[in-house]
Amino acid sequence: MLFTSYEFIGFLLLLFLLYYLLPGRHQWKLLLGASWLFYLSAGPGMILYLLAVTAAVYLAARRIGAIGAAHSAYMAQHRAELSREERRALKDAAKKRQRRVLLAALLLDLGILAVVKYTNFAISNLNSLLHLFRGKGQLSLWNIALPMGISFYTFQALSYLIDVYRGVVEPERDFFRFALFTSFFPQLVQGPISRYKDLSETLWGEHPFHGPTVARGLQRVLWGYFKKLVIADRMLVAVNALIRNSGQYTGAYVFAGMLFYALELYADFTGGIDVTIGVAEALGIRVRENFLRPYFSKSIKEYWRRWHISMGTWFTDYVFYPVSVCKPMLRLNKFARAHLGEKLGKRLPVYLSSFAVWLATGIWHGASWNFVAWGLGNWAVIMLSQELEPLYGRFHRRFQVAGKSWFKLFQVVRTVLLMSALRLFDCYRDVPLTFRMFGSLFTVRNWAVFFDGSLLNLGLAPMDFTILGLGLLLLTGVSLLQRKGSVRDRIAVLPYPLRFVLWFGLFLAVLLMGAYGIGYDESQFIYNQF
Amino acid sequence: MTGEKRKSRRLRVLLSAAVVLLSLGFLQRLLSPKYSTELIEGGLIREYYGEEKDHDLIFIGDCEVYENFSPKVLWEEYGINSYIRGSAQQLIWQSYYLLEDTLRYETPDAVVFNVLAMQYNEPQREAYNRMTLEGMRWSGSKVRSILASMTEEEHFLDYVFPLLRYHSRWSQLKAEDAAYLLKTRPVSHNGYTMRLDVRPAENVPEGRILPDYRFGDRAWSYLEKIRLLCQEKGVELVLVKAPSLYPYWYPQWEEQIEDYARENGLLYLNFLEMGEETGIDYSRDTYDAGLHLNLYGAEKLSRCFGRILQEQLGLEDRRGEAALAARWQEKCAAYEADKQAWLASLSEENA
Repeated sequence: MLFTSYEFIGFLLLLFLLYYLLPGRHQWKLLLGASWLFYLSAGPGMILYLLAVTAAVYLAARRIGAIGAAHSAYMAQHRAELSREERRALKDAAKKRQRRVLLAALLLDLGILAVVKYTNFAISNLNSLLHLFRGKGQLSLWNIALPMGISFYTFQALSYLIDVYRGVVEPERDFFRFALFTSFFPQLVQGPISRYKDLSETLWGEHPFHGPTVARGLQRVLWGYFKKLVIADRMLVAVNALIRNSGQYTGAYVFAGMLFYALELYADFTGGIDVTIGVAEALGIRVRENFLRPYFSKSIKEYWRRWHISMGTWFTDYVFYPVSVCKPMLRLNKFARAHLGEKLGKRLPVYLSSFAVWLATGIWHGASWNFVAWGLGNWAVIMLSQELEPLYGRFHRRFQVAGKSWFKLFQVVRTVLLMSALRLFDCYRDVPLTFRMFGSLFTVRNWAVFFDGSLLNLGLAPMDFTILGLGLLLLTGVSLLQRKGSVRDRIAVLPYPLRFVLWFGLFLAVLLMGAYGIGYDESQFIYNQF
Repeated sequence: MTGEKRKSRRLRVLLSAAVVLLSLGFLQRLLSPKYSTELIEGGLIREYYGEEKDHDLIFIGDCEVYENFSPKVLWEEYGINSYIRGSAQQLIWQSYYLLEDTLRYETPDAVVFNVLAMQYNEPQREAYNRMTLEGMRWSGSKVRSILASMTEEEHFLDYVFPLLRYHSRWSQLKAEDAAYLLKTRPVSHNGYTMRLDVRPAENVPEGRILPDYRFGDRAWSYLEKIRLLCQEKGVELVLVKAPSLYPYWYPQWEEQIEDYARENGLLYLNFLEMGEETGIDYSRDTYDAGLHLNLYGAEKLSRCFGRILQEQLGLEDRRGEAALAARWQEKCAAYEADKQAWLASLSEENA
């Protein structure tokens, strides 16, 4: 059930009606039923994966909790009788048992993810190797469908499990309450990857109907639909034309494609997240923001703190830190400091941990080499920027550019271009082709295509470009306003007729200018595929 | 909240809802195709509802009925009051549901169904579906017809709220959309659309070889439904194959229809094989090289068909009914005026 389908809108209307008619204590049960129904609409078999991950993590967390509780209870009774060493030994033994449970659950859940998502990638690579070494046999690819949103709900469930292991959160006793946490439908297919401690604040609470709250949520949903249907899906036509005819569209077209895709992806992904957060808000549930105006970032590092925030923090908390402080890494740190000098020795583990994070980020986005290259490309740029920071500093001081508006704008444009260039791996989905297309930017001299009307052959009429231009202006304007606080809050204090005109105008813009229905390719949100 | 405040809030909600509904209604009307001067085939089905419903004969089918039979000739020469409920590429289930719809309003003596539609067993094209279905008044028949006709890309809700389907037409609006925003224009003569230009039929292509000449199960089931519905209502069902040379009518198809008609005691007329009786001259009587007849051909065919209907079904001559005759007098005048307008435009073109 796509967010942009009539079925989804009908589903929401019915859900809202029932949700606010039910006594508050039963609302979360309805949400769980609705979430499973939503998931079932993707295919009856798919829900088995969701249930398996949910059950495995639930049981493992309960077990970890039980070990911890038993240890605490024993210590409470026998603390006085035990020496310090004995207490430590008991604590270590309990932690070890907890770690075993954690590892077993991680293996199982990541194993499921690996099998369904990466088996064919592995087979394809094996076949390539066999071919390289003139092997005769070829392994057949598996006919296995990728369960909807598996990367999102697996990561969300694992974050809870690790947090239970770390003692950050208490294990949930009620299986069905926990099941709602892993399967809450608005965020099931494209995130954000919510943390248990955040979502649990409002997920199971009672939410009596409050008109302004519901209206606020629906306003956010409408804004999300505007981004998705008016901008992203319109831009998609030109992006597809450029990517599918890569032989024809080289040089300046690649540059156009970079910018078009940057706009499409932003409008698509943030639009989807707006729908997610808006639906949750209308249900009285708080989901954390996943974007913070990322295209206003002045560096790649900053960009990744503002783009898909929940994924970035997930990898930081559950990959970067554990890898940084694991025993082999500490040994390496020591070794590097001794043999490579204090400066480089200090940095090497950071680089390696970052490498692991970006490799995992790339692989998480998709089972293909282009995503690996994209992830490592990000890593290389971030590391290089870090290395060059002293040089930048000297430059900034020498020319006194820091803080100047034009220089900030330059930094923002530079970041957008750099990120867009890296996303070519995502666009062309083929590493050698991406390099060739990127190379053509410098070898093919056809920059006149920006002025001679050639871009009108990409499936978009002048009216489409006008709508996209106006849409981009609106997006930029809203983002600029957001820096000073919520735009919806500002609108909420305007006189009613003006508010009505604004929101109804936005509704009409989506209704009349949205790229939906017959004549448009129905396209799912890009991040649904992960 | 004070009573005054509550009242003012209620008023605000009501006013807002009214603005929203009126705006959406206006937009839906503005953006939906008008089918009044362009693609007039889309306006055929809706015209029926403005008629006095006491017809003796109803035609159902595709372009082979609404372009090939002239109700005016049937009236003038035989006193048969007929109406054509046909539309472009009208599929057999659409014909069935249109018949069901028609029989809610009246019970004619006979129904004529053109069998070319038997060639389609699956929904075909959204554009044709729209032209047939949009003009139907809402009823169970319309709902069932939509559900039976939708292609994979279509959605039922788009029929309920055509604004969703035509939402992006704002960039293609024409003068017709403003002119016929609040009114419609007659586009047919009792369902017949007139053409007076001539394009002789030369080199009519042979039919390509088909892997299977059997009509599909779905087509058969709807033909049977049409027959049973007519039987239930006491209406005589007549099967015809209009004398269009193309699309090709295969002997294997002919054989199946002949067998069906014989088994069920139905009158079946294949006008392709009745050239002598109809007198159709394909060098003059068609406007598109044999696909459809022009006015001359349609009038010849209707003359021949009217005679058969009177002889074999004994349809009554109603020219003596004053009220009906008065109605037809107006209709014939409109028909003549349209014909003269066509002739004038053709002579202008030739000049």
